[in-house]
Amino acid sequence: MAEDANAPPSRAGASSPLSAAGATGDAHITIRGLSKTFGDAVIYDNFDLDIPRGRFVSVFGPNGCGKSTLINLISGLIDPDAGTIRFDGKHLRDTNFGYVFQNYREALFPWMRSIDNIRYPLKFRNIPRAEQRDRVDRLVERLGVTIDLNKYPYQMSGGQQQLVSIMRSLVIEPEVLFLDEPFSALDYEMTLFMRDQLQALFMDTKTTMVFVSHDLEEAVYLADDVMLLSRGPAEVADYVNVGIPRPRTAATISEDEFVQIKAHCLEVFQKLVRGT
Amino acid sequence: MKILSKILGPFTPLAGILILLLVWQIAFWVEVVDHVLLPSPWSMFVAVWQGMSGGQLLFDFFRTIERTALSILYAGIIGIPLGIIFGSSVGLYRSVEFVVDFFRSTPASAVFPLFLAISGPGDATKIQVATFGAALVILFNVAYGVMNARKTRLQAAKVMGAPRFRVLTDVMLFESLPQTFVGLRNGVSLALIIVIVAEMFIGSVDGLGHNVLDNQMLFEMPRMYAAIFVAGALGYSFNLLFLLIERRYVHWSGR
Repeated sequence: MAEDANAPPSRAGASSPLSAAGATGDAHITIRGLSKTFGDAVIYDNFDLDIPRGRFVSVFGPNGCGKSTLINLISGLIDPDAGTIRFDGKHLRDTNFGYVFQNYREALFPWMRSIDNIRYPLKFRNIPRAEQRDRVDRLVERLGVTIDLNKYPYQMSGGQQQLVSIMRSLVIEPEVLFLDEPFSALDYEMTLFMRDQLQALFMDTKTTMVFVSHDLEEAVYLADDVMLLSRGPAEVADYVNVGIPRPRTAATISEDEFVQIKAHCLEVFQKLVRGT
Repeated sequence: MKILSKILGPFTPLAGILILLLVWQIAFWVEVVDHVLLPSPWSMFVAVWQGMSGGQLLFDFFRTIERTALSILYAGIIGIPLGIIFGSSVGLYRSVEFVVDFFRSTPASAVFPLFLAISGPGDATKIQVATFGAALVILFNVAYGVMNARKTRLQAAKVMGAPRFRVLTDVMLFESLPQTFVGLRNGVSLALIIVIVAEMFIGSVDGLGHNVLDNQMLFEMPRMYAAIFVAGALGYSFNLLFLLIERRYVHWSGR
Protein backbone atom coordinates (compact mmCIF):
# COMPACT_ATOMS: atom_id res chain seq x y z
CA MET A 1 0.00 0.00 0.00
CA ALA A 2 2.83 2.37 0.89
CA GLU A 3 4.34 2.35 -2.58
CA ASP A 4 0.90 2.86 -4.08
CA ALA A 5 0.52 6.10 -2.23
CA ASN A 6 3.67 7.45 -3.78
CA ALA A 7 3.25 5.97 -7.20
CA PRO A 8 2.39 8.45 -9.91
CA PRO A 9 -1.10 7.99 -11.27
CA SER A 10 -1.00 5.65 -14.18
CA ARG A 11 -1.10 7.69 -17.34
CA ALA A 12 -0.81 4.85 -19.74
CA GLY A 13 -4.30 4.43 -21.10
CA ALA A 14 -3.14 1.20 -22.66
CA SER A 15 -2.50 -0.53 -19.33
CA SER A 16 -4.80 -3.51 -19.08
CA PRO A 17 -7.44 -3.51 -16.36
CA LEU A 18 -6.30 -6.87 -15.13
CA SER A 19 -2.76 -5.73 -14.50
CA ALA A 20 -3.96 -2.53 -12.88
CA ALA A 21 -5.97 -4.50 -10.37
CA GLY A 22 -3.29 -7.11 -10.04
CA ALA A 23 -0.66 -4.56 -9.17
CA THR A 24 -2.52 -3.53 -6.05
CA GLY A 25 -2.65 -6.99 -4.58
CA ASP A 26 -5.29 -9.68 -4.77
CA ALA A 27 -8.55 -9.45 -6.61
CA HIS A 28 -11.70 -9.45 -4.54
CA ILE A 29 -14.27 -9.57 -7.30
CA THR A 30 -13.44 -11.46 -10.47
CA ILE A 31 -15.53 -10.87 -13.57
CA ARG A 32 -15.00 -13.06 -16.62
CA GLY A 33 -16.71 -13.05 -19.99
CA LEU A 34 -19.55 -10.82 -18.87
CA SER A 35 -22.11 -10.05 -21.57
CA LYS A 36 -25.30 -8.09 -21.38
CA THR A 37 -27.59 -6.77 -24.08
CA PHE A 38 -30.65 -4.56 -23.68
CA GLY A 39 -32.69 -4.86 -26.84
CA ASP A 40 -30.27 -3.91 -29.62
CA ALA A 41 -27.80 -2.18 -27.31
CA VAL A 42 -24.79 -4.27 -26.41
CA ILE A 43 -23.74 -2.95 -23.01
CA TYR A 44 -21.15 -5.57 -22.14
CA ASP A 45 -19.52 -8.03 -24.48
CA ASN A 46 -17.14 -10.59 -23.06
CA PHE A 47 -16.02 -8.16 -20.36
CA ASP A 48 -13.26 -9.08 -17.91
CA LEU A 49 -12.44 -7.18 -14.76
CA ASP A 50 -10.77 -7.67 -11.40
CA ILE A 51 -11.83 -5.42 -8.57
CA PRO A 52 -9.09 -5.25 -5.94
CA ARG A 53 -9.69 -5.96 -2.28
CA GLY A 54 -9.96 -3.23 0.28
CA ARG A 55 -9.85 -0.41 -2.23
CA PHE A 56 -12.23 2.31 -3.16
CA VAL A 57 -12.98 2.06 -6.87
CA SER A 58 -14.90 4.86 -8.57
CA VAL A 59 -16.62 4.00 -11.82
CA PHE A 60 -16.92 6.91 -14.22
CA GLY A 61 -17.87 7.26 -17.84
CA PRO A 62 -20.24 8.84 -20.34
CA ASN A 63 -23.99 8.47 -20.03
CA GLY A 64 -25.30 5.09 -20.98
CA CYS A 65 -21.92 3.36 -20.82
CA GLY A 66 -23.23 0.92 -18.25
CA LYS A 67 -21.77 2.25 -15.01
CA SER A 68 -24.82 1.41 -12.96
CA THR A 69 -25.48 -1.70 -15.01
CA LEU A 70 -22.07 -2.98 -13.93
CA ILE A 71 -22.84 -2.90 -10.22
CA ASN A 72 -26.37 -4.12 -10.85
CA LEU A 73 -24.94 -7.12 -12.65
CA ILE A 74 -22.38 -7.77 -9.92
CA SER A 75 -24.97 -7.45 -7.16
CA GLY A 76 -27.50 -9.68 -8.91
CA LEU A 77 -30.16 -7.03 -9.56
CA ILE A 78 -29.80 -7.79 -13.26
CA ASP A 79 -29.00 -11.21 -14.67
CA PRO A 80 -26.12 -11.29 -17.16
CA ASP A 81 -26.59 -12.96 -20.52
CA ALA A 82 -23.28 -14.72 -20.04
CA GLY A 83 -20.22 -14.67 -17.85
CA THR A 84 -19.21 -15.42 -14.30
CA ILE A 85 -18.82 -13.18 -11.29
CA ARG A 86 -17.05 -14.48 -8.19
CA PHE A 87 -16.24 -12.97 -4.83
CA ASP A 88 -13.06 -14.65 -3.60
CA GLY A 89 -14.23 -17.57 -5.69
CA LYS A 90 -17.62 -17.55 -3.97
CA HIS A 91 -20.97 -17.08 -5.59
CA LEU A 92 -22.98 -13.93 -4.88
CA ARG A 93 -25.48 -15.76 -2.67
CA ASP A 94 -22.70 -16.73 -0.29
CA THR A 95 -21.42 -13.17 -0.12
CA ASN A 96 -22.28 -10.48 2.36
CA PHE A 97 -22.64 -7.29 0.37
CA GLY A 98 -24.29 -3.91 0.76
CA TYR A 99 -25.92 -1.73 -1.88
CA VAL A 100 -26.75 1.96 -1.61
CA PHE A 101 -29.29 3.25 -4.11
CA GLN A 102 -29.31 6.67 -5.69
CA ASN A 103 -32.95 7.24 -4.82
CA TYR A 104 -33.02 6.92 -1.03
CA ARG A 105 -36.67 7.99 -0.93
CA GLU A 106 -37.65 4.96 -2.91
CA ALA A 107 -35.12 2.60 -1.37
CA LEU A 108 -36.01 3.07 2.29
CA PHE A 109 -39.22 1.63 3.74
CA PRO A 110 -41.35 4.59 4.84
CA TRP A 111 -43.61 2.41 6.99
CA MET A 112 -40.71 1.58 9.28
CA ARG A 113 -38.86 3.87 11.63
CA SER A 114 -35.30 4.55 10.52
CA ILE A 115 -33.89 2.29 13.21
CA ASP A 116 -36.05 -0.58 11.92
CA ASN A 117 -34.96 0.17 8.37
CA ILE A 118 -31.36 -0.20 9.49
CA ARG A 119 -32.11 -3.43 11.32
CA TYR A 120 -34.11 -4.96 8.48
CA PRO A 121 -31.31 -6.84 6.65
CA LEU A 122 -30.28 -8.51 9.91
CA LYS A 123 -33.60 -10.38 9.94
CA PHE A 124 -32.32 -12.67 7.21
CA ARG A 125 -29.02 -13.49 8.85
CA ASN A 126 -29.92 -15.46 11.98
CA ILE A 127 -28.51 -12.88 14.32
CA PRO A 128 -29.84 -12.86 17.89
CA ARG A 129 -31.82 -9.78 18.92
CA ALA A 130 -29.26 -8.59 21.45
CA GLU A 131 -26.52 -8.78 18.85
CA GLN A 132 -28.74 -6.92 16.37
CA ARG A 133 -29.13 -4.07 18.84
CA ASP A 134 -25.40 -4.03 19.59
CA ARG A 135 -24.53 -3.85 15.93
CA VAL A 136 -26.76 -0.86 15.33
CA ASP A 137 -25.40 0.83 18.45
CA ARG A 138 -21.82 0.25 17.37
CA LEU A 139 -22.58 1.60 13.92
CA VAL A 140 -24.22 4.70 15.34
CA GLU A 141 -21.20 5.29 17.54
CA ARG A 142 -18.65 4.70 14.80
CA LEU A 143 -20.37 7.10 12.41
CA GLY A 144 -21.04 9.62 15.17
CA VAL A 145 -24.66 9.75 14.12
CA THR A 146 -26.65 12.30 16.10
CA ILE A 147 -29.95 12.13 14.23
CA ASP A 148 -33.00 10.65 15.95
CA LEU A 149 -33.36 7.21 14.40
CA ASN A 150 -36.82 6.77 15.84
CA LYS A 151 -38.10 9.12 13.17
CA TYR A 152 -39.67 7.84 10.01
CA PRO A 153 -37.56 8.42 6.88
CA TYR A 154 -40.00 10.96 5.47
CA GLN A 155 -39.49 13.09 8.59
CA MET A 156 -35.80 13.45 7.75
CA SER A 157 -33.79 15.55 5.33
CA GLY A 158 -32.43 13.98 2.16
CA GLY A 159 -28.93 13.67 3.57
CA GLN A 160 -30.18 12.04 6.74
CA GLN A 161 -32.22 9.58 4.72
CA GLN A 162 -29.22 8.63 2.62
CA LEU A 163 -27.18 8.24 5.79
CA VAL A 164 -29.83 5.82 7.10
CA SER A 165 -29.64 4.03 3.77
CA ILE A 166 -25.87 3.72 4.07
CA MET A 167 -26.18 2.50 7.65
CA ARG A 168 -28.66 -0.12 6.49
CA SER A 169 -26.12 -1.40 3.98
CA LEU A 170 -23.33 -1.41 6.57
CA VAL A 171 -25.09 -3.09 9.47
CA ILE A 172 -24.51 -6.51 7.94
CA GLU A 173 -20.77 -5.74 7.98
CA PRO A 174 -20.44 -6.34 4.25
CA GLU A 175 -17.34 -7.56 2.44
CA VAL A 176 -18.21 -5.29 -0.46
CA LEU A 177 -20.24 -2.12 -0.67
CA PHE A 178 -21.80 -0.94 -3.93
CA LEU A 179 -22.91 2.67 -4.20
CA ASP A 180 -24.94 3.87 -7.16
CA GLU A 181 -24.57 7.67 -7.40
CA PRO A 182 -25.56 7.91 -3.75
CA PHE A 183 -25.12 11.67 -3.39
CA SER A 184 -26.51 12.90 -6.69
CA ALA A 185 -29.88 13.83 -5.21
CA LEU A 186 -28.37 15.86 -2.37
CA ASP A 187 -27.51 19.55 -2.31
CA TYR A 188 -23.83 20.53 -2.53
CA GLU A 189 -23.33 21.21 1.17
CA MET A 190 -24.76 17.84 2.09
CA THR A 191 -22.76 16.12 -0.66
CA LEU A 192 -19.49 17.49 0.77
CA PHE A 193 -20.46 16.30 4.24
CA MET A 194 -21.50 12.85 3.04
CA ARG A 195 -18.29 12.40 1.00
CA ASP A 196 -16.28 12.88 4.14
CA GLN A 197 -18.52 10.54 6.11
CA LEU A 198 -18.01 7.89 3.46
CA GLN A 199 -14.27 8.48 3.33
CA ALA A 200 -13.98 8.16 7.13
CA LEU A 201 -15.99 4.99 6.95
CA PHE A 202 -13.77 3.56 4.26
CA MET A 203 -10.60 4.43 6.16
CA ASP A 204 -12.09 2.83 9.24
CA THR A 205 -13.35 -0.43 7.70
CA LYS A 206 -11.27 -0.88 4.54
CA THR A 207 -14.33 -2.47 3.00
CA THR A 208 -14.02 -2.91 -0.76
CA MET A 209 -16.19 -0.20 -2.26
CA VAL A 210 -17.44 0.21 -5.80
CA PHE A 211 -18.77 3.71 -6.29
CA VAL A 212 -20.63 4.78 -9.41
CA SER A 213 -20.53 8.51 -9.95
CA HIS A 214 -21.42 11.04 -12.60
CA ASP A 215 -19.38 13.72 -10.86
CA LEU A 216 -15.70 13.47 -11.78
CA GLU A 217 -14.51 15.58 -8.87
CA GLU A 218 -16.32 13.32 -6.45
CA ALA A 219 -15.13 10.18 -8.20
CA VAL A 220 -11.47 11.24 -7.94
CA TYR A 221 -11.81 12.69 -4.44
CA LEU A 222 -13.00 9.45 -2.96
CA ALA A 223 -11.16 6.90 -5.06
CA ASP A 224 -8.07 4.77 -4.73
CA ASP A 225 -8.72 3.88 -8.35
CA VAL A 226 -10.85 5.59 -10.95
CA MET A 227 -12.14 3.22 -13.57
CA LEU A 228 -13.12 5.00 -16.77
CA LEU A 229 -15.59 3.08 -18.89
CA SER A 230 -16.17 3.56 -22.60
CA ARG A 231 -19.48 3.20 -24.34
CA GLY A 232 -21.16 0.29 -26.07
CA PRO A 233 -19.92 -2.29 -25.49
CA ALA A 234 -18.20 -1.08 -22.34
CA GLU A 235 -14.45 -1.40 -22.06
CA VAL A 236 -12.13 -0.10 -19.39
CA ALA A 237 -10.73 2.95 -21.17
CA ASP A 238 -8.37 3.79 -18.35
CA TYR A 239 -7.70 2.68 -14.82
CA VAL A 240 -6.23 5.59 -12.91
CA ASN A 241 -4.56 5.20 -9.57
CA VAL A 242 -5.18 8.05 -7.12
CA GLY A 243 -2.33 8.03 -4.63
CA ILE A 244 -3.26 11.13 -2.68
CA PRO A 245 -3.06 10.25 1.03
CA ARG A 246 -6.18 10.22 3.18
CA PRO A 247 -7.95 11.86 4.79
CA ARG A 248 -8.50 14.11 1.84
CA THR A 249 -10.13 17.43 2.55
CA ALA A 250 -11.63 20.37 0.72
CA ALA A 251 -8.06 21.66 0.30
CA THR A 252 -7.14 18.49 -1.60
CA ILE A 253 -9.37 19.54 -4.46
CA SER A 254 -7.11 22.48 -5.31
CA GLU A 255 -3.81 20.59 -4.91
CA ASP A 256 -1.68 20.01 -8.02
CA GLU A 257 -1.82 16.26 -7.90
CA PHE A 258 -5.60 16.20 -7.63
CA VAL A 259 -6.00 18.73 -10.40
CA GLN A 260 -3.66 16.75 -12.66
CA ILE A 261 -5.44 13.46 -12.10
CA LYS A 262 -8.79 15.04 -12.65
CA ALA A 263 -7.56 16.73 -15.83
CA HIS A 264 -6.25 13.44 -17.11
CA CYS A 265 -9.55 11.70 -16.41
CA LEU A 266 -11.43 14.52 -18.08
CA GLU A 267 -9.25 14.22 -21.16
CA VAL A 268 -9.94 10.50 -21.41
CA PHE A 269 -13.62 11.14 -20.79
CA GLN A 270 -13.84 13.75 -23.54
CA LYS A 271 -12.19 11.40 -26.01
CA LEU A 272 -14.79 8.81 -25.09
CA VAL A 273 -17.67 11.22 -25.51
CA ARG A 274 -16.41 12.45 -28.90
CA GLY A 275 -16.34 8.83 -29.94
CA THR A 276 -13.49 6.39 -30.33
CA MET B 1 -61.41 43.58 7.23
CA LYS B 2 -58.21 41.78 8.20
CA ILE B 3 -59.33 41.30 11.77
CA LEU B 4 -62.69 40.06 10.60
CA SER B 5 -61.15 37.43 8.32
CA LYS B 6 -58.83 36.38 11.15
CA ILE B 7 -61.74 35.74 13.49
CA LEU B 8 -63.85 34.07 10.83
CA GLY B 9 -60.89 32.07 9.44
CA PRO B 10 -61.59 28.78 11.19
CA PHE B 11 -65.24 28.94 10.20
CA THR B 12 -64.71 29.29 6.44
CA PRO B 13 -65.53 25.60 5.80
CA LEU B 14 -68.98 26.31 7.26
CA ALA B 15 -69.65 29.07 4.75
CA GLY B 16 -70.80 26.64 2.05
CA ILE B 17 -73.29 25.04 4.41
CA LEU B 18 -74.64 28.41 5.48
CA ILE B 19 -75.01 29.56 1.88
CA LEU B 20 -76.85 26.36 0.98
CA LEU B 21 -79.25 26.71 3.92
CA LEU B 22 -79.77 30.38 3.14
CA VAL B 23 -80.58 29.67 -0.52
CA TRP B 24 -82.96 26.93 0.58
CA GLN B 25 -84.65 29.19 3.12
CA ILE B 26 -85.06 32.00 0.56
CA ALA B 27 -86.45 29.50 -1.98
CA PHE B 28 -88.90 28.43 0.72
CA TRP B 29 -89.93 32.04 1.50
CA VAL B 30 -90.49 33.06 -2.10
CA GLU B 31 -92.15 29.68 -2.71
CA VAL B 32 -90.16 28.67 -5.79
CA VAL B 33 -91.77 25.26 -5.42
CA ASP B 34 -94.86 24.28 -3.48
CA HIS B 35 -94.24 24.10 0.28
CA VAL B 36 -95.37 20.49 0.26
CA LEU B 37 -92.55 19.57 -2.13
CA LEU B 38 -89.92 21.84 -0.59
CA PRO B 39 -90.40 22.28 3.14
CA SER B 40 -88.21 24.66 5.15
CA PRO B 41 -84.77 23.49 6.27
CA TRP B 42 -86.00 23.88 9.82
CA SER B 43 -88.81 21.35 9.37
CA MET B 44 -86.27 18.90 7.95
CA PHE B 45 -84.04 19.26 10.98
CA VAL B 46 -87.03 18.73 13.24
CA ALA B 47 -87.82 15.54 11.31
CA VAL B 48 -84.18 14.42 11.61
CA TRP B 49 -84.26 15.06 15.36
CA GLN B 50 -87.55 13.26 15.83
CA GLY B 51 -86.59 10.33 13.62
CA MET B 52 -83.12 9.89 15.11
CA SER B 53 -84.23 10.11 18.74
CA GLY B 54 -85.69 6.64 18.85
CA GLY B 55 -87.95 6.83 15.79
CA GLN B 56 -88.16 4.71 12.64
CA LEU B 57 -85.33 6.72 11.02
CA LEU B 58 -82.83 5.62 13.67
CA PHE B 59 -83.76 1.97 13.16
CA ASP B 60 -83.46 2.29 9.37
CA PHE B 61 -80.17 4.13 9.81
CA PHE B 62 -78.69 1.21 11.76
CA ARG B 63 -80.03 -1.35 9.28
CA THR B 64 -78.28 0.46 6.44
CA ILE B 65 -75.05 0.71 8.43
CA GLU B 66 -75.21 -2.98 9.18
CA ARG B 67 -75.69 -3.97 5.53
CA THR B 68 -73.02 -1.60 4.23
CA ALA B 69 -70.51 -2.61 6.90
CA LEU B 70 -71.04 -6.32 6.21
CA SER B 71 -70.73 -5.72 2.45
CA ILE B 72 -67.45 -3.85 2.78
CA LEU B 73 -66.12 -6.46 5.20
CA TYR B 74 -66.86 -9.32 2.79
CA ALA B 75 -65.64 -7.26 -0.16
CA GLY B 76 -62.35 -6.64 1.63
CA ILE B 77 -61.95 -10.32 2.54
CA ILE B 78 -62.49 -11.27 -1.10
CA GLY B 79 -60.93 -8.31 -2.89
CA ILE B 80 -57.67 -7.73 -1.00
CA PRO B 81 -56.13 -11.24 -1.23
CA LEU B 82 -57.26 -11.62 -4.86
CA GLY B 83 -55.88 -8.19 -5.66
CA ILE B 84 -52.50 -9.12 -4.18
CA ILE B 85 -52.41 -12.42 -6.07
CA PHE B 86 -53.42 -10.90 -9.40
CA GLY B 87 -51.25 -7.84 -8.90
CA SER B 88 -48.08 -9.76 -8.09
CA SER B 89 -48.18 -11.48 -11.48
CA VAL B 90 -48.60 -9.16 -14.43
CA GLY B 91 -49.43 -12.09 -16.71
CA LEU B 92 -52.17 -13.28 -14.40
CA TYR B 93 -53.62 -9.80 -14.09
CA ARG B 94 -53.62 -9.24 -17.85
CA SER B 95 -55.60 -12.45 -18.27
CA VAL B 96 -58.38 -11.36 -15.89
CA GLU B 97 -58.15 -7.62 -16.50
CA PHE B 98 -60.92 -7.52 -19.06
CA VAL B 99 -63.37 -9.46 -16.90
CA VAL B 100 -62.61 -7.28 -13.88
CA ASP B 101 -62.89 -4.10 -15.92
CA PHE B 102 -66.10 -5.22 -17.57
CA PHE B 103 -67.90 -6.05 -14.35
CA ARG B 104 -66.42 -3.01 -12.64
CA SER B 105 -67.98 -0.90 -15.37
CA THR B 106 -71.31 -2.71 -15.21
CA PRO B 107 -73.73 -0.77 -13.00
CA ALA B 108 -74.24 -3.05 -10.00
CA SER B 109 -77.92 -2.10 -9.93
CA ALA B 110 -78.24 -3.84 -13.32
CA VAL B 111 -77.30 -7.20 -11.84
CA PHE B 112 -79.66 -6.77 -8.89
CA PRO B 113 -82.61 -8.60 -10.51
CA LEU B 114 -80.24 -11.46 -11.29
CA PHE B 115 -79.22 -11.82 -7.66
CA LEU B 116 -82.85 -11.39 -6.68
CA ALA B 117 -83.77 -14.33 -8.85
CA ILE B 118 -80.97 -16.46 -7.41
CA SER B 119 -81.10 -15.55 -3.72
CA GLY B 120 -84.63 -14.25 -3.26
CA PRO B 121 -85.71 -10.89 -1.90
CA GLY B 122 -84.06 -11.25 1.52
CA ASP B 123 -81.30 -9.36 3.24
CA ALA B 124 -78.61 -11.66 1.81
CA THR B 125 -79.29 -10.47 -1.74
CA LYS B 126 -78.69 -6.81 -0.90
CA ILE B 127 -75.42 -7.65 0.81
CA GLN B 128 -74.34 -9.94 -2.02
CA VAL B 129 -74.82 -7.30 -4.72
CA ALA B 130 -73.07 -4.62 -2.66
CA THR B 131 -70.22 -7.04 -1.90
CA PHE B 132 -69.93 -7.91 -5.58
CA GLY B 133 -69.65 -4.27 -6.60
CA ALA B 134 -67.29 -3.23 -3.83
CA ALA B 135 -65.04 -6.31 -4.12
CA LEU B 136 -64.31 -5.54 -7.78
CA VAL B 137 -63.36 -1.96 -6.96
CA ILE B 138 -61.12 -3.11 -4.11
CA LEU B 139 -59.53 -5.90 -6.15
CA PHE B 140 -58.76 -3.52 -8.98
CA ASN B 141 -57.15 -0.94 -6.71
CA VAL B 142 -55.14 -3.45 -4.68
CA ALA B 143 -53.87 -5.12 -7.85
CA TYR B 144 -52.71 -1.76 -9.20
CA GLY B 145 -51.17 -0.89 -5.86
CA VAL B 146 -49.15 -4.10 -5.94
CA MET B 147 -48.22 -3.73 -9.61
CA ASN B 148 -47.04 -0.17 -9.08
CA ALA B 149 -44.92 -1.03 -6.05
CA ARG B 150 -41.74 1.03 -6.26
CA LYS B 151 -39.22 -1.12 -8.10
CA THR B 152 -36.30 0.27 -6.13
CA ARG B 153 -37.93 -0.86 -2.88
CA LEU B 154 -38.34 -4.40 -4.17
CA GLN B 155 -34.73 -4.39 -5.35
CA ALA B 156 -33.61 -3.05 -1.98
CA ALA B 157 -35.35 -5.92 -0.21
CA LYS B 158 -33.77 -8.35 -2.66
CA VAL B 159 -30.20 -7.12 -2.21
CA MET B 160 -30.69 -7.24 1.56
CA GLY B 161 -31.35 -10.94 1.23
CA ALA B 162 -35.14 -11.05 1.64
CA PRO B 163 -36.61 -14.28 0.25
CA ARG B 164 -39.42 -13.93 -2.31
CA PHE B 165 -42.21 -14.50 0.18
CA ARG B 166 -40.82 -11.89 2.56
CA VAL B 167 -40.62 -9.39 -0.29
CA LEU B 168 -44.35 -9.95 -0.72
CA THR B 169 -45.26 -9.60 2.96
CA ASP B 170 -42.70 -6.97 3.97
CA VAL B 171 -42.72 -4.73 0.92
CA MET B 172 -45.49 -5.44 -1.61
CA LEU B 173 -48.20 -5.50 1.01
CA PHE B 174 -47.18 -2.17 2.51
CA GLU B 175 -46.54 -0.64 -0.88
CA SER B 176 -50.10 -1.47 -1.92
CA LEU B 177 -51.73 -0.16 1.28
CA PRO B 178 -52.28 3.47 0.14
CA GLN B 179 -53.97 2.24 -3.04
CA THR B 180 -55.89 -0.37 -1.02
CA PHE B 181 -57.41 2.42 1.03
CA VAL B 182 -58.39 4.25 -2.13
CA GLY B 183 -60.18 1.03 -3.08
CA LEU B 184 -61.82 0.70 0.33
CA ARG B 185 -63.09 4.29 0.25
CA ASN B 186 -64.46 3.94 -3.28
CA GLY B 187 -65.80 0.52 -2.34
CA VAL B 188 -67.70 1.73 0.70
CA SER B 189 -69.27 4.58 -1.29
CA LEU B 190 -70.39 2.12 -3.94
CA ALA B 191 -71.62 -0.39 -1.35
CA LEU B 192 -73.73 2.30 0.29
CA ILE B 193 -75.25 3.32 -3.05
CA ILE B 194 -76.10 -0.28 -3.87
CA VAL B 195 -77.53 -0.96 -0.40
CA ILE B 196 -79.74 2.14 -0.54
CA VAL B 197 -81.00 1.28 -4.02
CA ALA B 198 -81.59 -2.32 -2.96
CA GLU B 199 -83.58 -1.14 0.02
CA MET B 200 -85.99 0.60 -2.36
CA PHE B 201 -86.79 -2.66 -4.15
CA ILE B 202 -89.87 -4.79 -3.58
CA GLY B 203 -89.66 -6.91 -0.49
CA SER B 204 -87.68 -4.41 1.58
CA VAL B 205 -89.11 -3.48 4.93
CA ASP B 206 -86.41 -1.30 6.43
CA GLY B 207 -83.24 0.69 5.76
CA LEU B 208 -82.70 4.29 4.67
CA GLY B 209 -83.62 3.54 1.06
CA HIS B 210 -86.93 2.09 2.18
CA ASN B 211 -87.45 5.07 4.48
CA VAL B 212 -86.90 7.59 1.67
CA LEU B 213 -89.25 5.80 -0.71
CA ASP B 214 -91.88 5.17 1.96
CA ASN B 215 -92.06 8.82 3.00
CA GLN B 216 -92.09 9.96 -0.60
CA MET B 217 -95.13 7.77 -1.30
CA LEU B 218 -96.83 9.04 1.85
CA PHE B 219 -95.96 12.63 0.85
CA GLU B 220 -94.20 13.09 4.21
CA MET B 221 -91.70 15.46 2.63
CA PRO B 222 -89.81 16.71 5.73
CA ARG B 223 -89.25 13.06 6.71
CA MET B 224 -88.12 12.17 3.23
CA TYR B 225 -85.63 15.04 3.25
CA ALA B 226 -84.54 13.92 6.70
CA ALA B 227 -83.83 10.38 5.43
CA ILE B 228 -81.89 11.76 2.43
CA PHE B 229 -79.91 13.99 4.77
CA VAL B 230 -79.06 11.08 7.05
CA ALA B 231 -78.02 8.93 4.07
CA GLY B 232 -75.71 11.70 2.93
CA ALA B 233 -74.26 12.11 6.41
CA LEU B 234 -73.70 8.36 6.57
CA GLY B 235 -71.83 8.28 3.25
CA TYR B 236 -69.70 11.19 4.34
CA SER B 237 -68.94 9.56 7.70
CA PHE B 238 -67.92 6.25 6.13
CA ASN B 239 -65.48 8.09 3.87
CA LEU B 240 -64.15 10.11 6.79
CA LEU B 241 -63.76 6.99 8.92
CA PHE B 242 -61.62 5.29 6.28
CA LEU B 243 -59.61 8.48 5.80
CA LEU B 244 -58.88 8.62 9.52
CA ILE B 245 -57.91 4.95 9.65
CA GLU B 246 -55.69 5.50 6.63
CA ARG B 247 -54.00 8.51 8.17
CA ARG B 248 -53.38 6.59 11.36
CA TYR B 249 -52.06 3.35 9.85
CA VAL B 250 -50.80 4.40 6.43
CA HIS B 251 -49.03 7.45 7.79
CA TRP B 252 -46.44 7.46 5.00
CA SER B 253 -49.05 7.76 2.23
CA GLY B 254 -48.30 10.66 -0.10
CA ARG B 255 -45.06 11.60 1.66
